[in-house]
Amino acid sequence: MTAPIQKSDASPAAGPGEGSVPRQRAARTAHPPAPGPAREGVVLNVFSHGFLAVWALLIVLPLLWLVLSSFKTDSQIAGSAFGWPSNWSLDVFGRAWNKGIGDYFVNTVIVLVFSVPLTMLFGSMAAYVLARYQFWGNRVIYYFFVAGAMFPVFLALVPLFFMVKMLGMLNSYQGLILVYVAYSMPFTVFFMHSFFRTLPTAVFEAAILDGASHTRAFFQVMLPMAKPGLLSVGIFNTLGQWNQFVLPTVLMQPQSGDDPERYVLTQGLIQLQQQQGYETDLPVLFAGVTIAMIPMLVVYLSFQRQVQAGLTSATLK
Amino acid sequence: MRKGQYQFVTGFLFIPVALYLVFVIWPYIQTIGYSLTDWKGQSQTFSFVGLDNYVALFQDDVFLGAVWHNILFLVFIPVITILLALFFAFMVNAGGRSRAGGVAGVSGSKFYKVVYFFPQVLSLAILAVLFGAVYRSDTGGMLNGLLLKLGLIDAAEPIEWLNEPDFVLWALMAVVVWHGVGFYLVLFSAAMQSIPRDIYEAALIDGAGRAQSFFRITLPLLWDSVQTAWVYLGIVAMDMFVLVSTMTSGDYGGGPDHHSETMSTVMMRNFLYFGKSGYACAMGVVMLLLTLIVSVVTLRATRRERLEF
Repeated sequence: MTAPIQKSDASPAAGPGEGSVPRQRAARTAHPPAPGPAREGVVLNVFSHGFLAVWALLIVLPLLWLVLSSFKTDSQIAGSAFGWPSNWSLDVFGRAWNKGIGDYFVNTVIVLVFSVPLTMLFGSMAAYVLARYQFWGNRVIYYFFVAGAMFPVFLALVPLFFMVKMLGMLNSYQGLILVYVAYSMPFTVFFMHSFFRTLPTAVFEAAILDGASHTRAFFQVMLPMAKPGLLSVGIFNTLGQWNQFVLPTVLMQPQSGDDPERYVLTQGLIQLQQQQGYETDLPVLFAGVTIAMIPMLVVYLSFQRQVQAGLTSATLK
Repeated sequence: MRKGQYQFVTGFLFIPVALYLVFVIWPYIQTIGYSLTDWKGQSQTFSFVGLDNYVALFQDDVFLGAVWHNILFLVFIPVITILLALFFAFMVNAGGRSRAGGVAGVSGSKFYKVVYFFPQVLSLAILAVLFGAVYRSDTGGMLNGLLLKLGLIDAAEPIEWLNEPDFVLWALMAVVVWHGVGFYLVLFSAAMQSIPRDIYEAALIDGAGRAQSFFRITLPLLWDSVQTAWVYLGIVAMDMFVLVSTMTSGDYGGGPDHHSETMSTVMMRNFLYFGKSGYACAMGVVMLLLTLIVSVVTLRATRRERLEF
């Protein structure tokens, strides 16, 4: 083992794993590694990097391949899987946007602009009251909210369809918004409930002593203190609602011939996939998927720590 | 509690509870009622038929086949995903070069976690289009193209991955595993990092190797997360609607010739295509019961003495 290799090795990536670094660095300076275990370590290191790299390629290559395919011509796509694209023009993205992706994108954004903040507002309100006030029926209401996470959405679909129809909100933004908010409640209430429990009482009491009403104390004191929790749940709900497919499939179908098409992005992509099967313009489909992927990639890369932490703690609790 | 507080509590709870009741709880309850009727959905006229729908369900070969496919998913998806995720999590957290016998993570572990997790934020609809292209039945598909390059298939006879009764379920499972491994890697990784290093060091001093420390220390202390992962993957395996309905042939998927049918696709077809609402509701109830059974059995079967640290 030569010194430079060890040196490069002494700085593993930052992040949650860094806890072990100082101790090992100290251990190394104290005792130079024995040849036996060290060699075993190198073998294992090469081995693990090998496997990890293969899976990383398995994740990245299909996605890159798909993005590259949007620069191919239709006959190129059908011919050979690994031909290099010849049609380096961004026209295809414009074409995909006009073919419907633009409308689907806008529909999704319209729904989410209302559904995510409303989910956060109503979810936090319910969670806050349930977490910090004692009243008759508190536990019952809490379990009533949390139990919803246990049941498959398919159980509700048929009556839900007729409920929304009765309210005259099939294929309408407000219908989908309300349904999204309702189905996001179990997780939001559950997560925010445990978050509000951990907040200190002193600040709240000070606000009340200063004459703030309970409502005011919530909006001006407690809610701002819950920002980290809100961010995690917010990202989780945004991802979940952006990627939702089953609920819009049932609720967002044009009901008559002159009804406008209000498909959301996930539905629209599948729609486009079926159309392109007949019209043979596959680059448009791949460009559409690329357009749909980009916002998720941006959100994920900017918040990857919170996304990972949020989804992990959501599962573990 | 003072009077003002009651008003405040009621005020804050009213809208959330009302929304939740109307759109979630009430439909759940209604499903059970409708499952006992011959409701066709179009009109409000229907009559009570008792358990007829359930009796019909158990004679419906398509539905029984679907249940069987869900059971296959239920067995293979969690096993494969959890094993791969555990393997990668161990590599990321303990596969690095060891110094003085210590256990170290690989360098770049954060990079791997970021990349592996990415499929989790993509919608299943995107995956459906992506893997639809990967599994194309001509040589333009990524998988067939690869096999062709390796000389394993003949260009004249590419494999129709999603149209071969023998392959279609496995092709779908591969997508779910591809999608899920990164998430469970991060989950297990977080659990591994919360295990105190002292335990490993004590084991090392006692002469434990890597394999021993994995099976004797890491795995038992990780059991809670593995259990959670199993329940969540079980729920995924019971659903499968998006991938099957969009990637396979037939109305709401299930092709070729019902070889990839799942309970959810049969239900949606009966509801949205045949208009048999009552019958679809009965399927929903069966899905609920099976999901609950799976959760309870998983939690019971994997129960271990809880280890505190």
